Amino acid sequence: MKNGKLSWKKIKSWNLLLPVVALLLVMAVNIIYDIANGNNPLAFFTITLQQTTGNGTILYGRIIDILNRGSEAAILAIGMTLVVSSSAGTDISVGSVMSLCASFCCMLLAGYGVSSTSTLAVPLAVGVLGGILMGVVCGMFNGTLVAYFKIQPMVATLILFSAARAIGLLLCNDLIVYVRNGSYAFFGGFIGLLPTPLVITAICAVIITLLLKKTALGMFIQSVGINPKASRIAGLNSKRIIFLTYVLCGLFAGIAGIVASSRITSADSNNIGLYLEMDAILAVALGGNSLGGGKFSLAGSIIGAYTIQAITTTLYALGVSAAQAPVFKAVIVVIIVAIQSEPVRNYFKKASLAKKAKEVA
Amino acid sequence: MYPSGFSKKEEKYKMKKKLISLLLTGVMAASLLVGCGSSEAPAAAEPAAAEVVEDAAAAEEVVAETAEATDGVIKVGFAQVGHESDWRTASTKSCQDVFSAANGYDLSFVDCDNDEAAQKEAVRSFIEQGVDYIIIDPIIATGWDTVLTECDDAGIPVIIIDRTVDDSDKYVSWVGSNFLTEGQAAGEWLKAYADAQGISEINALVISGSTGSSAQIGRSDGFKEMADKYGFNILDEQTGDFTEAGGQEVMESYCKSYAGKFNVVVCQNDNEAFGAMTAMDNAGVAYGVGTDVILISFDACTAGLEEVKAGKITADFECNPLAAPFVEEVIKTLQSGGTPDKEVYMVEHWYALPDQIVDFSINGEAQKMTEVTDDVIAAQY
Repeated sequence: MKNGKLSWKKIKSWNLLLPVVALLLVMAVNIIYDIANGNNPLAFFTITLQQTTGNGTILYGRIIDILNRGSEAAILAIGMTLVVSSSAGTDISVGSVMSLCASFCCMLLAGYGVSSTSTLAVPLAVGVLGGILMGVVCGMFNGTLVAYFKIQPMVATLILFSAARAIGLLLCNDLIVYVRNGSYAFFGGFIGLLPTPLVITAICAVIITLLLKKTALGMFIQSVGINPKASRIAGLNSKRIIFLTYVLCGLFAGIAGIVASSRITSADSNNIGLYLEMDAILAVALGGNSLGGGKFSLAGSIIGAYTIQAITTTLYALGVSAAQAPVFKAVIVVIIVAIQSEPVRNYFKKASLAKKAKEVA
Repeated sequence: MYPSGFSKKEEKYKMKKKLISLLLTGVMAASLLVGCGSSEAPAAAEPAAAEVVEDAAAAEEVVAETAEATDGVIKVGFAQVGHESDWRTASTKSCQDVFSAANGYDLSFVDCDNDEAAQKEAVRSFIEQGVDYIIIDPIIATGWDTVLTECDDAGIPVIIIDRTVDDSDKYVSWVGSNFLTEGQAAGEWLKAYADAQGISEINALVISGSTGSSAQIGRSDGFKEMADKYGFNILDEQTGDFTEAGGQEVMESYCKSYAGKFNVVVCQNDNEAFGAMTAMDNAGVAYGVGTDVILISFDACTAGLEEVKAGKITADFECNPLAAPFVEEVIKTLQSGGTPDKEVYMVEHWYALPDQIVDFSINGEAQKMTEVTDDVIAAQY
């Protein structure tokens, strides 16, 4: 009994409690829907093995869809979290940068001016690394403007927000470039039983977590975000750290761009990553992170990204018509944000304290 | 925000840092300039065109009605939307091919880069140039009355193509696709094909285009009309935004919600169909020719026809981008003093492989389907 109480306390003080609860609540809607429709209550959560047409056996189910489709937003959210933490601002260019990276990668793979190809002009690795490198370059550009020129993050990243997609279109000669080559489909396909985008997200998350936890980088970023002046005086190179977070954000935008492009084995410059910067920012907020910078939780942001995808997948599953879907999405987001807000949390804290006081008395 | 004024060594280091960051910004700025290059091109072309205008303006007084009288060349101005898709590129090329110097035309082409103000300016520059005909693919449907009145006052006939103008009727003709007919064609074909195959029950899933676009409304309404008429069961309709990623995600969900319950998938453009194909592959659902699932698509671009040829898309309903030949017909009618129709619908093709070609009619009008061959694919946009 005592043990149980202790672990409950632990859970209550767990900083990821609210994001996780939000995610579970969203998915719970499906149980109610399935029961109401006389389906298997756990239909939404069922994962089966599915024989594909020419792609071996894969894990199959709505949960896998969420983990698969939410990957781009999750990868972007990692970078966005770091940027938000260090500079108390957001990088609104990530969606456009994704598109630019995808376009650059496909242009390298297909050759300039070629709109459809099934043979690669350069080795796959060259194209993919080229695309990711483009993301890094964009990140350096943003980072330079924010860290060294001290331009407001939103204004600085607004430049690439509007220009990157256009540059991508130029690289693709204004066409959708199709790279109909099986090897390019890998990054958006399946690796064994699992969706490759999910594996890529996991690798990104693990590497960045190790980088943040095993070196002092995580602490540096937080300290710069909390008080750049004090950090500077304490001997941290604030500018360099802010610059670095933007470079990482660009890197992740590049990776997300490759994943998005590989899914459709083409570079659809007009549509890849469209509005995804908003999802990434929302993911950071849903993860319980303050957009005012400072302390951050990467896991929270990643859960936030998958929560957004869970909403989308749920709306598909419920068959909500496309015209009304954004309204439902907005309502759900308002609820999630509200339960995480300071006043609501304080209210619950007070309520439990009062209860405890009563028990003691 | 950050305190400055540290040791000299650090100052020097900072300078170096600044230099590097400046350099980086320079590189990015240079690439941005390249980005602007394309939009500058049409603007740069305008002064050159304006020079021609001066000569023409003098001649205009003498030859009030048509420039034809001087040298037989018909001057045409075309204000195109931009260059956002393969479809658009094909539309532009069609105009450049038809209104070529070899065919006796002098074409002033302006790519408006999706800028509605620039498009209206382009039309005004055509008036100043004294062109004989103006072709507009309006970026937005409203705000045209003033400009079209100016064209009317100058006595220049305006032909609208593709998209529509809502707030003015001061144009001679509108040339474009009838999306409703495309939707009806898909429905009628499906009925005829299902009958031929002995399929008694149709359970269709629709992946629609961007909600509210004229193509989406027309194709949805046309197909729904036939569904009501023949008792097709439309299980669900959700939007894929005319993109491959959208089609993939919607189909992925359909495969789970309606596993084994559907036998027709209607995608409102080829890109959505490509996405749906990937999703069905992953769900182990067989589709296309010789399977239980009929895949219907619209647009019929080259890549789409290749999939028809491969037997993946069962039938593809064209949205013809090649408006120029129809515009030329309108111009010829005007030249010979006739009155063209206010609305001109382009001839469109319905593509399939021989075994899937069946006879059907829309509103009593018999339709002829086109067999997809390598030649047809090569000739497509």
